[in-house]
Amino acid sequence: MNSMIYKNKKPLLVFLIPAFAFLIVFLYYPFFQNVVNTFLKIGGLGRASQGLNTPWYENYQRLFTDPNMRTALKNTLLLTLCTIVFQVGIALILALLVDTIRVGAQFFRTVYFFPIVISATALGLMFNLIFLYKGGMVNQLLLSLGRLPSEVKPSGKVLVQWLDWKDQAHFLFTMFMPVMWQYVGFYFVILVTGLNNISPDLFEAAALDGADGWKRTRYITLPLLRNVLCTCLVLAITGALKVFDLPWVMFGAGMPENRGWLTGTYMYDQTFNRMNVDYGSTIAVLIVVLGVVLSNIANRVFRPSDDL
Amino acid sequence: MNTGIKKIPRVLTYLVLCFWALTTIYPFIWVLLNSFRKKGLILSDSFSLPLGDSFTWDNYITAWQRADFKNAYLNSFLISGTVTVFVVIIAGLAAYGLVRYRFRGRDFLYSLIMAGMMFPVFSTIIPVFRLEVMLGIAGTGRRWLSLLAVILPQIAGNLCFAIIILMGFIQSVPIDLEESAYLDGCNVFQIYFYIIIPAAKSSFATVAIFAFLWSYNDLFTQSFFLRYPQERAITGLLNEISSQAGVNYGLMASSVVLVLIPVLIVYICLQKHIIKGLTAGAVKG
Repeated sequence: MNSMIYKNKKPLLVFLIPAFAFLIVFLYYPFFQNVVNTFLKIGGLGRASQGLNTPWYENYQRLFTDPNMRTALKNTLLLTLCTIVFQVGIALILALLVDTIRVGAQFFRTVYFFPIVISATALGLMFNLIFLYKGGMVNQLLLSLGRLPSEVKPSGKVLVQWLDWKDQAHFLFTMFMPVMWQYVGFYFVILVTGLNNISPDLFEAAALDGADGWKRTRYITLPLLRNVLCTCLVLAITGALKVFDLPWVMFGAGMPENRGWLTGTYMYDQTFNRMNVDYGSTIAVLIVVLGVVLSNIANRVFRPSDDL
Repeated sequence: MNTGIKKIPRVLTYLVLCFWALTTIYPFIWVLLNSFRKKGLILSDSFSLPLGDSFTWDNYITAWQRADFKNAYLNSFLISGTVTVFVVIIAGLAAYGLVRYRFRGRDFLYSLIMAGMMFPVFSTIIPVFRLEVMLGIAGTGRRWLSLLAVILPQIAGNLCFAIIILMGFIQSVPIDLEESAYLDGCNVFQIYFYIIIPAAKSSFATVAIFAFLWSYNDLFTQSFFLRYPQERAITGLLNEISSQAGVNYGLMASSVVLVLIPVLIVYICLQKHIIKGLTAGAVKG
């Protein structure tokens, strides 16, 4: 692309300076500063630091000894795993199915993608109503199906043993389900586009060779989708590590009994409610490091060689 | 197109697809129905249509009276509108420059942008907050400054994604067009405005829609910078209502609906652009 037009490099400055000025001031510099902050003692959001921590790596030490942090990490990694298996899995099944139909494909795309454009706050509130302890949508449904034990008192009142969806036995499901449900449509749309890019000639050739149905999916579609699947995987991992607003609206600070922390919510709580600004920064660094490491591993394992 | 799984009966395919569609649509319908239901009835009977006796507008009236929705809508549109305009302009310029010019450090800048997509907003928000306090933008309690304090980091947060999507599209614009315009005496900026922007119109629309929606929905940044009632934007307002509403579930339902309406309108009008534009960029990346 060595057109004459672009030989004169002076206008380039006008093109690049606004964007990179913004990025440097509000993205790169803050990130660098955030790393520096992890070594300082900072008592409040707007306050200046009170010098180095003693020892300077105190916050990193704390990461390893803090039991809440361990809970947060465990939950987040579990969420990441569930995201990969269920979110990308369901999206893949739906994409393969939509690819076989003609009528209504556009409708399904529109509907599946819809939850993504809605704010997590609204969704969180909606799911709070759905999973409500006394008379939420799910519990009412269970009751009408006769799956909740209830007894009729002599006075005529019906006493129902509602299922608490946010107790220790159920909170993981209640927390993860909405997060996964929301983003299935995102991966679905990416996968459908990937499927559309596969040349139909390949399938005709395969049909001539006698491969059809499941075999075709297994030996042609899936290998050719590998690149796109890998993109989905990386997006799912980095996305899961950053999850914040849905669980925050639904569960708040670490409910139930400090067992419901995620790295995102714990970082927010430490920084904003407990004013441990330097420790919060350290958790943020951990989130970035984990994101880079995990998505690199995913890339190593799943990214196909270029010859496919 | 036949990409496999031919053996599965058509009926079953539609059954599965419709089931998932139901999970994505039904919750919203359920909330909408219950926002019109009389107090107390939600807990006993939330599935029927709220007709006759059980129908009421009260939830909406209470929501509108109790919280300053008008002001919050105004704040939200000011913030998200400004963010959208700036993201589109700035990202468009940068994407054009990065695609068409060959220069030293180009690859470095590109990887900087890729890295920028990895930073979660958590890791940059505290230094940004401190920087803005130092500059006298954040934490002043003055409404317009506080809105600006949200706008600036949101622009930066949306830029990387926008640049990458736009680069994908601008790459596919045939360079011949630009060359003939150049021979006709256009300079680079005229080429950008008269050739590139019209040619990549749909991708600019995608970027604009996403910038708007992300900014509108971003509770995290909003709750950091907008602390006073008159500054509250719509997502923050919803969060506050939910913490105050207690057991008034009708109020919660109607507030959710009020917050969803603008998003719904944007989505229904522009859904073709959203999906087309997003996938073209994402898969290439």
